Amino acid sequence: MTNKKLIDENGLRIDGRRLDEIRPIKFEVGLLSNADGSAYIEHGRNKIIVAVYGPRETQPKHIGLVDRAVVRCRYHMAPFSTDERKSPAPSRREIEISKVIREALEPAIFTEYFPRSMIDIFIEVLQSDGGSRCAAITAASLALADAGIPLRDLVAACAVGKIEGKLALDLSDIEDKLGEADMPIAYMPSLGRISLLQMDGVFSEEEFIKALNMAKDACLRIYELQKQCLKSRYVSI
Amino acid sequence: MSVTPQSEPISKIKENQVLKLLASGKRLDGRSLLDYRNIKVEVGVIDKAEGSAMVSLGNTKVLVGVKVETGKPYPDLPNQGALTVNAEFVPLAHRYFEPGPPDENSIELARVVDRGIRGSESIDLRKLVIVEGSTVYVVFIDIYILNHDGNLIDASALASVVALLNSKVPVYRVNENGIKKVDEYFPMPMVDCPITITAAKINDKIIVDPTLDEENISTAKLTITLTKNGNICAMQKSGTGTFTIDEITNIQKIAREKSYEIRKKVFGEGQ
Repeated sequence: MTNKKLIDENGLRIDGRRLDEIRPIKFEVGLLSNADGSAYIEHGRNKIIVAVYGPRETQPKHIGLVDRAVVRCRYHMAPFSTDERKSPAPSRREIEISKVIREALEPAIFTEYFPRSMIDIFIEVLQSDGGSRCAAITAASLALADAGIPLRDLVAACAVGKIEGKLALDLSDIEDKLGEADMPIAYMPSLGRISLLQMDGVFSEEEFIKALNMAKDACLRIYELQKQCLKSRYVSI
Repeated sequence: MSVTPQSEPISKIKENQVLKLLASGKRLDGRSLLDYRNIKVEVGVIDKAEGSAMVSLGNTKVLVGVKVETGKPYPDLPNQGALTVNAEFVPLAHRYFEPGPPDENSIELARVVDRGIRGSESIDLRKLVIVEGSTVYVVFIDIYILNHDGNLIDASALASVVALLNSKVPVYRVNENGIKKVDEYFPMPMVDCPITITAAKINDKIIVDPTLDEENISTAKLTITLTKNGNICAMQKSGTGTFTIDEITNIQKIAREKSYEIRKKVFGEGQ
């Protein structure tokens, strides 16, 4: 294990951020011509592309639901997205993340408007840094909006962790590896609702409550960026 | 790929009854909202395993076997033993369970149990090294669901911890010809016993330890694992519903109280 210091004497992190600072985020929507909706996000060193197809006929037919649309979600990492090559076969981690991302996005979609149909969300992590599930959720909700699918709200996601005993927003890869805890959340800001919450590592009660509010505030900041991105693409005078 | 599951059909009469009772703070089986079902724990049920436990939570029944073998350490942790958790939803446990490779639900369950044990550093993995950097103990926790009546995670996590506490590790002697197993054992080096508590949300009511019927009506669940001294060491929200921040803070308080209560009930005052 390296003894690399994660926070320097000025309270700055390895990449020069303060503890309550998120990494730079860049979005692009509508970049794939075949998909009904698409989005690309660069969040720190994460580079993730998301395509949405649908609502369309269910395939296979029997998975259709009579009262709402089925949502299918695949989170997948490219073999070249990590330091060591990742096998393209879905890992247990990717299967779990596909499930929690679906459950984070589904409450935002008016699925009851599209019975017997399905909405597909395909997420490809082209380069991964820490916090790729959060970046994927943020981008996927933009891709859903780009596809014109009616949404209750956009979903913004961000993680908060603990490094060297201090709470820090939006952990990078190395901070996640060497840190003591990581807690990703997804938030629908206008509704005030949390649709994803996971945690590993150790938090005291006090730290947990503080972390939850830090992550919520970060999601509000990301939400503003999401709205800006959609406006600059679709509002033109 | 993760697909919206077909929800299991539940009769309208039953659903309405559950909702009506909840409104007045009661449940179908007579419990109040924050009561657990009867917990039964048996240890050492499989003597070929290095450790085992059977936990019943009402009608939910889970068997956990711990096997300890030798293997290579994780490359980034050369001086620690390895831990793997796997869950099998065997078809005899419920009419909807099909044979086949683990699906997303069993993978999620195993990974949440894994995070609870790993996050709390319950096993002192540094004591499970035979030759540093090349040979360590590998602890396999295999979760077998035998009967599904809701809240599989809490039952599985409890059975895993109990099985670990009752596990013995075979001693290996290292000499010039390699390593050799001798007929001696030492107890699994356990330093904590995390307790996992799951709450479900039905309408706007929060209940703990949901039965399968209650799980089918609920929109979202939140699982929290707590260490002996009340720190949170794993969390997982599941289901397509959402929680407000107030609900989460409230569940976190409930989970802490429940974890103390269950730890006392299962392990006695000392733990």
